[in-house]
Amino acid sequence: MSKSLNCIICGVGGQGNVLASRLIAQVLLSRNEHVKTAETIGMAQRGGSVASHVRGGRPQSPLVPKGHADTLIAFEPGEAVRCIDYLAPGGTIIVNTQASQPPTAALHDIEYDGSEALNYLRKLPDANVIEVDGSRICEEAGSAKALNIVLLAAAVKNEALGISREELEEAIRERVKPAYHEMNLRAVELVFSEDV
Amino acid sequence: MPVKLLMGNEAIGLGAIHAGVNFVSGYPGTPSTEVLETIAKNNDGSIHVEWSTNEKAALEAAAGAAYAGARALVTMKQVGLNVASDPLMTLSYIGVEGGLVIVVADDPGPISSQTEQDTRNFAQFAKVPILDPASPGEAYGMVQDAFELSEKHQTPVIVRPTTRVSHACGTIKTRGGFADCGADFKNAELDDDDASWPKHVPSGFVKDTQRWVVFPRTSFLNHGKVERRAADIAAEYSHGYRPNRIEISGLNHREGMQAFTEHAQDRFPLGIACGGVSYHYVMEALDILGLHVPVLKIGMTYPFPAQLADTFLDAVDTALCVEELDPCIERELILRCGTRATHRFIRGKLDGTFAFAGEQSVEAICAALSELAEGAIDVAGAEANGKRSSASVSHPAPELPPRPPVLCAGCPHRASFYAVKRAVGKQRAVFCGDIGCYTLGNAAPLDMVDTCLCMGADITVAQGIKAVEPDTLAFSFIGDSTFFASGITGVINAVYNKHDIIVCILDNSTTAMTGHQPHPGTGHTMMGIDGAAMSIPRILDAIGVDYVTVNPLDLHAAQTAVREAIAKTGVRAIIFKSPCIYVEPPKHLPANFDIDSCIDCRACIKQIGCPALIVEDKHVAVDASLCYGCELCCQICPTDALTRGGAR
Repeated sequence: MSKSLNCIICGVGGQGNVLASRLIAQVLLSRNEHVKTAETIGMAQRGGSVASHVRGGRPQSPLVPKGHADTLIAFEPGEAVRCIDYLAPGGTIIVNTQASQPPTAALHDIEYDGSEALNYLRKLPDANVIEVDGSRICEEAGSAKALNIVLLAAAVKNEALGISREELEEAIRERVKPAYHEMNLRAVELVFSEDV
Repeated sequence: MPVKLLMGNEAIGLGAIHAGVNFVSGYPGTPSTEVLETIAKNNDGSIHVEWSTNEKAALEAAAGAAYAGARALVTMKQVGLNVASDPLMTLSYIGVEGGLVIVVADDPGPISSQTEQDTRNFAQFAKVPILDPASPGEAYGMVQDAFELSEKHQTPVIVRPTTRVSHACGTIKTRGGFADCGADFKNAELDDDDASWPKHVPSGFVKDTQRWVVFPRTSFLNHGKVERRAADIAAEYSHGYRPNRIEISGLNHREGMQAFTEHAQDRFPLGIACGGVSYHYVMEALDILGLHVPVLKIGMTYPFPAQLADTFLDAVDTALCVEELDPCIERELILRCGTRATHRFIRGKLDGTFAFAGEQSVEAICAALSELAEGAIDVAGAEANGKRSSASVSHPAPELPPRPPVLCAGCPHRASFYAVKRAVGKQRAVFCGDIGCYTLGNAAPLDMVDTCLCMGADITVAQGIKAVEPDTLAFSFIGDSTFFASGITGVINAVYNKHDIIVCILDNSTTAMTGHQPHPGTGHTMMGIDGAAMSIPRILDAIGVDYVTVNPLDLHAAQTAVREAIAKTGVRAIIFKSPCIYVEPPKHLPANFDIDSCIDCRACIKQIGCPALIVEDKHVAVDASLCYGCELCCQICPTDALTRGGAR
């Protein structure tokens, strides 16, 4: 029987987190294992909060119950905090350190840089927090669109998903448009060659 | 490939194709839209697929196809069924020849809807069978079952997925049975990748006035038939239809049945009755708590499988009902207890165990079970597993920035609202909005939507307000797709009854909110055969409306058009025509910003609220990754600090 996997990928619309969940699902599918996914999206255009749930093993609900996510992959610090109730004790958080401004930040004078959120995550007593400077690695990889792959690769490297680098690369080749293969595979390579 | 990861709506679409569907119609609406799109994408040309002008048109056209013996599928969201309710109520009496399946997606939450209405009630009201899938896999099978049921009993059948079925993805075997739910699969030899499937051949329309023409006398006779039909279906689906079943959590089917039969005499202290995705929430909660409890799963809520429910009720002291939206199963169980004078406790929404509003969840079920468990059931070993949340950390979480939905950078709706706002100025006015992206015009700083009721109501609500408040300027705002769906009758009403309103048609050449479906104004069809785009101006001409067309991104021209409309009386319209940013690639480069010219008045940010205008190092900046180059801000900046980026 396949091992259970409970992962939440959270961020804001337009960052590519649905594709990230599809890549994990693709890996399980290639192994002929069960997988369920679901997204929690509001009436969101670009810029709203989005959380993708990915479950392997023999999941019942398509949504991970609170306190049951082994892995939380956050595309920005505040969204990690927004989903923190889902994390299981001893769970792993892969978090991009760069904050995404809410679309109404300028209008309502919201000052948000994600530092408070990061400090909160660092102080969590029962979580394994891995910070990733996603923007810098994306810049090296040649596109801001590689953020989802950078964070996935960081999760894979830290053994937070139970999938291998080779499986991730294969899923990228299977699910991503060929024009973006090279850039995304370069992003994986950068994550694995660095101290992330 | 034997196993596929399919979204629930894709599974329903493929299920319909594999059932040999001939005719598919619908109107877009979250969370139902992808069903019809999946069929169009996989159409080999033999299936007629259309986005109809609205749900009523869709159902009536499909009814015609089913009269002629075709297998027909109609798709819509729950509020769409309100629009299609007129044909539905009578079609239940008239019946069908070929199978007619109506997919109506409900939206607990609600996540993107006006109401939390429950289509299971609608089915009971219309006396039409309804199947309630618990997962994408079960939905795939159910849509095929629905066609057979429809043809066998000559009735339309509703399949009702909810958001967590429609938009969840699951691994589904489409050859050799199901991966995740085990319902019977009719076309076991087929694969999705197999382009050929058994085609259903329509028998053709056979004239029969007794059958197809509704009259009071035939309706009296049909009413009796419809009630007998319901009783027959309830009996037939009480046993042997796998989506309706009793099982025991944690045990396989055979073990469960054995345990249930053995203990039924002594009665279990607790049983759970559930349907839809709540079934999976229940099974997960019971797994977390380590409980073995009889579970009555209802896959068809109307006609209610009463005999199966009786077997369940006979074996439990208390039945906890777990469902979303209305307490339909709960009421049916209470009804059974009353009918049979059975003394049982029925818990659920009616006694306050669960909330009426919002989605059901594993967490809420665990909490309810833990409370019920005091004395009633054994929860040994359940505590640690049930409360694993690490939220109970010693320090409080920081305040998080809200991320409300906003109009996109470059959205022409922003410019239309802004032009009206500027032209109206301090005059007394009411702005009646409608359903679509432009409902977001209500947010600050535009604040340009005072009412929103239902599709098409902007035009008619404005008429009523203006009649009562003659000194108020009455504006209505309607999108192009909504105008075709249900706006035109409102305009005719306004002209006929000599109302005094200004109709603003926000024509962005698509149905943007639901993911850019074509409509009559685009001329594109789901069959790939495009015709002439229907002209909104010519329709307004024919009705007798005084109108003008203007590009909202030309702020001066747009404001002038509004001022001229304000100066007139009667029914006049302004067509704000500019495509959705997702329909056309940007023509202009992002706006330039010159910090030396900026006086930091922030007029750009405060007046239009574009997400591409940000504050960086305490001054205004343009986020070039978001800016579409609509150049609205360049027309607002008083010092030309923001200037046009020029052609791409």
